[in-house]
Amino acid sequence: MKETFNFKNAGNAETLEINFGPQHPSTHGVFRMVVQLNGEKICGLKPVFGYLHRNHEQIAENLPYAAMMPYTDRLDYVNALANNFGYALAIEKLAGLEVPERAEYIRVMMAELARVVNHITVIGFMLNDLGAFFTPLLYAFRERERILDLFEEITGSRLMCNYLRPGGVKRDLTDAHLAAIRAIVTKFPAFLKEFEALLTKNEILCMRCQNIGILPVDAATNAGITGPVLRASGVNYDIRKVDAYSIYNRFDFKIPLGQKGDAYDRYYVRVLEIRESLKILEQALAKIPQGDIVNKKAFPLLKMPRNFKPPVGEAYARIESPKGELGYYLVSDGTPQPWRYHVRAPSLINLTLLEEMCLGQKIADAIIILGSIDIVLGETDR
Amino acid sequence: MTFSIEEVKKELAVRMPDIKLRTIRDSLLIENPENLPRVAVFLKENPAFLLDYLSSVTGADYLNYLESIYHFYSMAKKHGPLVLRVRVPKHSATVPTLVPIYRSAELQEREAYDTFGIVYEGHPDLRRLFMWEGFEGYPLRKDYAQEDSETLETADVSWLEARGVTVPAEMKQKAQELRDSGERALAQKPLKPRN
Repeated sequence: MKETFNFKNAGNAETLEINFGPQHPSTHGVFRMVVQLNGEKICGLKPVFGYLHRNHEQIAENLPYAAMMPYTDRLDYVNALANNFGYALAIEKLAGLEVPERAEYIRVMMAELARVVNHITVIGFMLNDLGAFFTPLLYAFRERERILDLFEEITGSRLMCNYLRPGGVKRDLTDAHLAAIRAIVTKFPAFLKEFEALLTKNEILCMRCQNIGILPVDAATNAGITGPVLRASGVNYDIRKVDAYSIYNRFDFKIPLGQKGDAYDRYYVRVLEIRESLKILEQALAKIPQGDIVNKKAFPLLKMPRNFKPPVGEAYARIESPKGELGYYLVSDGTPQPWRYHVRAPSLINLTLLEEMCLGQKIADAIIILGSIDIVLGETDR
Repeated sequence: MTFSIEEVKKELAVRMPDIKLRTIRDSLLIENPENLPRVAVFLKENPAFLLDYLSSVTGADYLNYLESIYHFYSMAKKHGPLVLRVRVPKHSATVPTLVPIYRSAELQEREAYDTFGIVYEGHPDLRRLFMWEGFEGYPLRKDYAQEDSETLETADVSWLEARGVTVPAEMKQKAQELRDSGERALAQKPLKPRN
């Protein structure tokens, strides 16, 4: 069947429609866009989704609540821990579970480490898109690997961590783990300094990224853009501050904001966010108490997941994932399986304004804009 | 959340007395879906609420009817959520779109259309989001019957043969038998949910 794309301006003899992806290395997975070009200028762009669709939401409807946790890793596979976090919060909201103090600290620490991993990966890949092939990316990966090694030691897996549980976490952190986190936190600023010395004032990066893909404030809020992309446009909206979920109100951290909302601001906001995450990690390491890591009331859920029946009702839990607002909507009908499970995926909704951001830009800039939005196809297509 | 659902209900009853509302758990059900855009504009512009951010749009299948669920937040006042829902019958599932008011609904309404078959009237570009054009059925509805991926149908056989794949005669015969009996190759549903 022939595909139809309703471009705003009908093409003429001078325009050219080209297909970009799904097997293109710069589309971060299997993302596809159909671009209408006039010379090198973009005059229309339509994203096409679904190449990684696996009906994630229906899988959940056939599984007990606790059994869905490993599947959430596969949404945003760059930072699985943040996905676990959101899903755990949704179940806790639904079942009215509380989380022990120590588990809260562990969760926050793991989520912030995941944020650091995500942001350096994104910056590395964005530079790859710019043409700085693999040098900055491998610098970033060197540091990322240290954190992933730690994840492997704590959770058993580098990427698909499956670490959080409703009501707590899977394993306790030993003193050796805490020391390893502390070592990462103390060493990281030196790496960031080196990384920034290479990049932040780099002339090529500035010329390619500044004034590219500007996202105006009004359009951004209206289109539901969240995360670093929104904050680069200057909107002070961070769910860690607004909702203060988990124990984020106990930490002192700032929200970096951009001024212009171009690709460069999005790059720089991420660098600054890594610094703030390290600040949170430092404070958490200093304050982490001893105690339980799982709420005892959650034992029936974890030991006998098939018999766990939350009360009839619904819950919407959202967290500030590194990509934006990650929301989980759960409807329970009183059986062991959820009646409805929905993921509000930031990667998908942040693409709403991709066309507007790319209009009038060169085709090479579209790749940078896409790289600066930061999408992961596991989450976009679900 | 700095306002209660009752406040919203009261305010709406004063300003728009013709709109019937019902509280379901922590959400408001708008009895007539046609009124949804009016309520949304009111909530977006009323200085007490300023719900300028539509976070999530999704559908749900409740067997007798479909539901479209909206989660609103305010970026300006940093409060929320307010949950609105509308119910539509399965055979004529049309809900007015919110895209002119909130652009964030654009892809999410397409998703709900794709998976539940809720038609958002007035949506500028209502196409399937994840499935391809020409896909039949709505996969998240509870009565959706899944195709059996291991049994070939005659259409599959001709598709394969057109691409130069030799299909075993046994499979071909089975496909023809299925066609003659007028049935489709559907996956057997488990008697109990898998767990």
